[in-house]
Amino acid sequence: MNISDAILSIITFLPLAGAALLLFVPARDEAGANTVRWIALVVTSITFVLSLWLWAMFDPANPGFQFVENHEWIGSSIGYRMGVDGISVLFVVLTAFLMPAVVVSSWGVTERVREYMLVFLVLETLMLGVFATLDLAMFYVFFEGSLIPMFLIIGIWGGKRRIQASYKFFFYTFVGSVLMLLGIMYMYWQAGTLDIRALLAFSFAPEAQFWLWIAFFASFAVKMPMWPFHRWLPEAHVEAPTAGSVILAAILLKLGGYGFIRFSLAMFPDASLTFQPFVFTLSVAAIIITSVIALVQTDIKKLIAYSSVAHMGFVTMGIFAGNVMGVQGAVFQMLSHGIVSAALFLSVGVIYDRMHTREIAAYGGLVERMPRYAFVFMVFTMANVGLPGTSGFVGEFLTMIAVFQVNTWAAFFAAFGVILSAAYALWLYRRVIYGALTKDSLKGILDLDRREIAVMVPLVLLTILFGFYPAPILDATAASIDLLVTNFANATGAVAPVAVAAH
Amino acid sequence: MIQAIVFFPLIGALIAGLLGRTIGHRTSEFITTGLLIVSAVLSWIVFVGFWFPAEAAAEAEGHATVMRVEVMRWITSGELDLRWILRVDTLTAIMLVVVTTVSSLVHVYSIGYMHEDPHRSRFFAYLSLFTFAMLMLVTADNFLQMFFGWEGVGLASYLLIGFWYTRPSANAAAMKAFVVNRVGDFGFALGIFGAFLILGHLDFDGAFHALPDYADTTFRFLSWDLHAMTVICLLLFMGAMGKSAQFLLHTWLPDAMEGPTPVSALIHAATMVTAGVFMVARLSPMFELSSVAMTVVLVIGAITAFFAATVGLVQNDIKRVIAYSTCSQLGYMFVALGAGAYSAGVFHLFTHAFFKALLFLGAGSVIHAMHHEQDMRNMGGLRKKIPITYWMMIIGTLALTGVGIPGLPLGFAGFFSKDSIIEAAYALNTQAGLLAFWMLVVAALFTSFYSWRLIHLTFHGSPRDAQHAATGPHPDPAHAAAETHHEPIDDDNADDHGHAHHHGSAYDNAHESPNVMLVPLYVLAVGAVLAGVVFYESFFGHAEHVVHFFAGSLVVDGELIDAAHHVPLWVKWSATFAMIIGFVTAWYMYIYRPQVPGRIAASNPGLYKFLLNKWYFDELYDRIFVRPTLAAGRALWRWFDDWLIDQSLVEGLGARVKDVTNRVVRLQSGYLYHYAFAMLIGIAALLTWAIAAGGLL
Repeated sequence: MNISDAILSIITFLPLAGAALLLFVPARDEAGANTVRWIALVVTSITFVLSLWLWAMFDPANPGFQFVENHEWIGSSIGYRMGVDGISVLFVVLTAFLMPAVVVSSWGVTERVREYMLVFLVLETLMLGVFATLDLAMFYVFFEGSLIPMFLIIGIWGGKRRIQASYKFFFYTFVGSVLMLLGIMYMYWQAGTLDIRALLAFSFAPEAQFWLWIAFFASFAVKMPMWPFHRWLPEAHVEAPTAGSVILAAILLKLGGYGFIRFSLAMFPDASLTFQPFVFTLSVAAIIITSVIALVQTDIKKLIAYSSVAHMGFVTMGIFAGNVMGVQGAVFQMLSHGIVSAALFLSVGVIYDRMHTREIAAYGGLVERMPRYAFVFMVFTMANVGLPGTSGFVGEFLTMIAVFQVNTWAAFFAAFGVILSAAYALWLYRRVIYGALTKDSLKGILDLDRREIAVMVPLVLLTILFGFYPAPILDATAASIDLLVTNFANATGAVAPVAVAAH
Repeated sequence: MIQAIVFFPLIGALIAGLLGRTIGHRTSEFITTGLLIVSAVLSWIVFVGFWFPAEAAAEAEGHATVMRVEVMRWITSGELDLRWILRVDTLTAIMLVVVTTVSSLVHVYSIGYMHEDPHRSRFFAYLSLFTFAMLMLVTADNFLQMFFGWEGVGLASYLLIGFWYTRPSANAAAMKAFVVNRVGDFGFALGIFGAFLILGHLDFDGAFHALPDYADTTFRFLSWDLHAMTVICLLLFMGAMGKSAQFLLHTWLPDAMEGPTPVSALIHAATMVTAGVFMVARLSPMFELSSVAMTVVLVIGAITAFFAATVGLVQNDIKRVIAYSTCSQLGYMFVALGAGAYSAGVFHLFTHAFFKALLFLGAGSVIHAMHHEQDMRNMGGLRKKIPITYWMMIIGTLALTGVGIPGLPLGFAGFFSKDSIIEAAYALNTQAGLLAFWMLVVAALFTSFYSWRLIHLTFHGSPRDAQHAATGPHPDPAHAAAETHHEPIDDDNADDHGHAHHHGSAYDNAHESPNVMLVPLYVLAVGAVLAGVVFYESFFGHAEHVVHFFAGSLVVDGELIDAAHHVPLWVKWSATFAMIIGFVTAWYMYIYRPQVPGRIAASNPGLYKFLLNKWYFDELYDRIFVRPTLAAGRALWRWFDDWLIDQSLVEGLGARVKDVTNRVVRLQSGYLYHYAFAMLIGIAALLTWAIAAGGLL
């Protein structure tokens, strides 16, 4: 058997194997804890290297699924199926890329190190599984299962109100997942299989699509999160430890967007078109309302959490624009946000580790003592603002120009995000970084150390690289998204852009 | 060569920015400045190539001569294929010369001006970064690359205004500049989307080629069917208004004076703020298709020219006077664009860059001499102390006020370009054109007045700094008048960055600037004297020469240029008369009868305060935009998110759910288990279903 035939399984389950290995490592003393950290780092790094290899072997011209593994389990209906196409392959790479960074950034965790790393490795397997699987039942298991490690991370290593935060997490996702499960059952009933490739080729009746769309929407909208289902996110972020926030913002939110593209748009095209104005409304509301809320936050993490909701508004808007630029923009925005939001939460972690507070008012004038940190934070702030030349711009631009073709009102309101994001991001930067360093508690604060630089530099480079040269991402996704959009257009019979009257 | 012009500044910025602390300030300064001088020399070579096109004879008149260099791909998606391309035509070549010349002079000047600052390499990195972004803007081959440069200069401007980050006022000004510019960019972005929707291209050539087919197209924007080009041009113009500080979006420019003075000269006078003018000129084929958009440009420009000039009359900060003057002169440029005399607008941009940079750097020299005093009420009599700076400022003022003799090729730079605009506005022969004409003439009068007021308060009369003022009678009536009123404006904005305080008065210690600061002034002074007379023929001379020079890089309306040359004699002299009246009035009020301004201010307190507080725009915007937005944010957060969604709905519903699950399931061990349990049940149900339906049992 060729290794590339099983590459997806290897990538997906390698972290799980690492987690199993950790069970046998005694971590009672500092030496043991260090062994645990190194094992986690090595395992995640190997996974990342393999994912890069996957990307290198991936044929961007082929719009279908590649590296497919298909083992039937229960007849042809449920099976162990793996495969990636242009839409999912880069999410695998993103997940694998961020995990080593998360492990390195968690080097200072001393409480229950072994369990901590173990949970993160399990989480990595589950997240990779969501993107790599081609079976809807497995998707459901991975998708919902990924919440359990996140619960543990917030509940054990979280802040003061962690129990409440995990409760909310539970409440929101519970309702959504029950509905999605019903939807999955119905799909099986209709199509006779849960093979995603078969489901993509199957056309559901328009009335059925309507209800299925709602069922899936319930789950994905909470996960994204879309306004007004977003309230759990700021709470969870605030309570989660830094590494938890990074994974939550960078990867877990993207599960919803990935689901929207893979299922809602691709399998229920008629319903997607019907609900387009609804999604646009919620997206625009997210962009404007959560940006305005971000303006008045006093907690750094909450501010960034609210800004994440606003950025996800561009994603949902782009997806349901249903044209190539929109979906590509949405995928790009998700990947870019994966890098930028991870970096922002890591940046917050840097000063939280030193000062143990997230209150904006506790900071000010950091540039005096932390010039390197100020530079790094500036790059990510600008990426968050969507400055051209950073990766944040490309996704926002593509989604907005795509939506303008379909609905000028939505694009018009979304463009307010351009103003508001500048306001809240620069206002944060000004209060934390600029100003005179007058607070006694900050006078001894230290700049980034070598470990932190090692984590930040790759993120800075990627943010700028993809801003100037987004082609690696856009090329990899182009063929699959072209196919998806063509199918969408054929199914709905609607390609009509805004009517351009005769000359 | 083009790559070298554009990327040398970037290389300099990266070296100074990333390695500054390793290689030292001195090395950073030399590297950035050296690279920029090379870039400037190359730009002049390129420009001369366009000025005397070698193969011009072979080429058809008006045929576009464009150089294009592709750097790499950018965004490819669907029908969109954007690349990084450096494009040079006549319009770009003019901008290249302006940007690199002023920038390299400002770099040189800053070596002297910033010599005490502990963050010099960072400063030079920002300056070079700005230059790179500006060059990307002017060499853009498509809308989006222009937008990249546009936002890039905005970033550099933000960083430089807030360069002295310990000052709250500087931080506030930096943020204000960025956010107000973003309001403009909101329109710019939508304009780009619209252009792509209608024209199907985002590269300039492709879009302009498609234009004839869509001249009368209407499209559905928001809920209305509107003339496409009008909507798109107005949206794009909104971007120009933000960047060029036009009326309504001008509020950031005066505050931007918080930045170091060389920054004000480079960014907020000569180059960045003219980006809006460049944009409209570049897109002139599109604007030509919408008379509504053109009229809006004309009227906004005229209002700005007038409005800013009125505010400039009463400002006391030497930099703010020049800032309002910049704002006003940008209004002139937009009047030219709106009239359809694009070449005249670009001409004024070109000459203005020299004399306004000269004035700002001269003001910087004054501030430097006065140990970072910026308030003109504390100056006076400096002519004897800093004579070279004085004469340079006089040249700048003569150029700004447009001294020259109508009908003869004699005059300073501003004379040729400003009169071209005023004549073009009159020659337009529409109501809007006439309105603009009169507003510009009045603005010319005001310009002359406040420029000479600045000279008189700063250089003439007797010293009025703290020591001298204490001994003699108060010689500045404006000061006394201002003190009687409550001033919301912030007067404490001197360029004070840790400069050691000298003993004795600022006047006594005033010293002429070092050569490294004076040489740039000499160069700019040459430009301020000659830029008009040398280039008049190419920019606004005989129509065929203008057409030939611009070679299709912007729209040239030959008839309008001819008409402007044949306006009545009184029109030609109107600006000159206005200039003379302003000069005499300033002389009367500040030299001959220095108590008059105080009396006027005291007898019209309402008007005086209205002007001093810049028509209360800041207060107005604070009331109608800033505060309501923050209040809405708080309400949405506390009321909607926290109370309605969180407490009422989720926790209320959740409590019910919890009751139910507790009773039914009797699992007391935490939510995680509820969740895991629910999921397991779900999977079990799914499997059962699959097995049953799949016939496996």
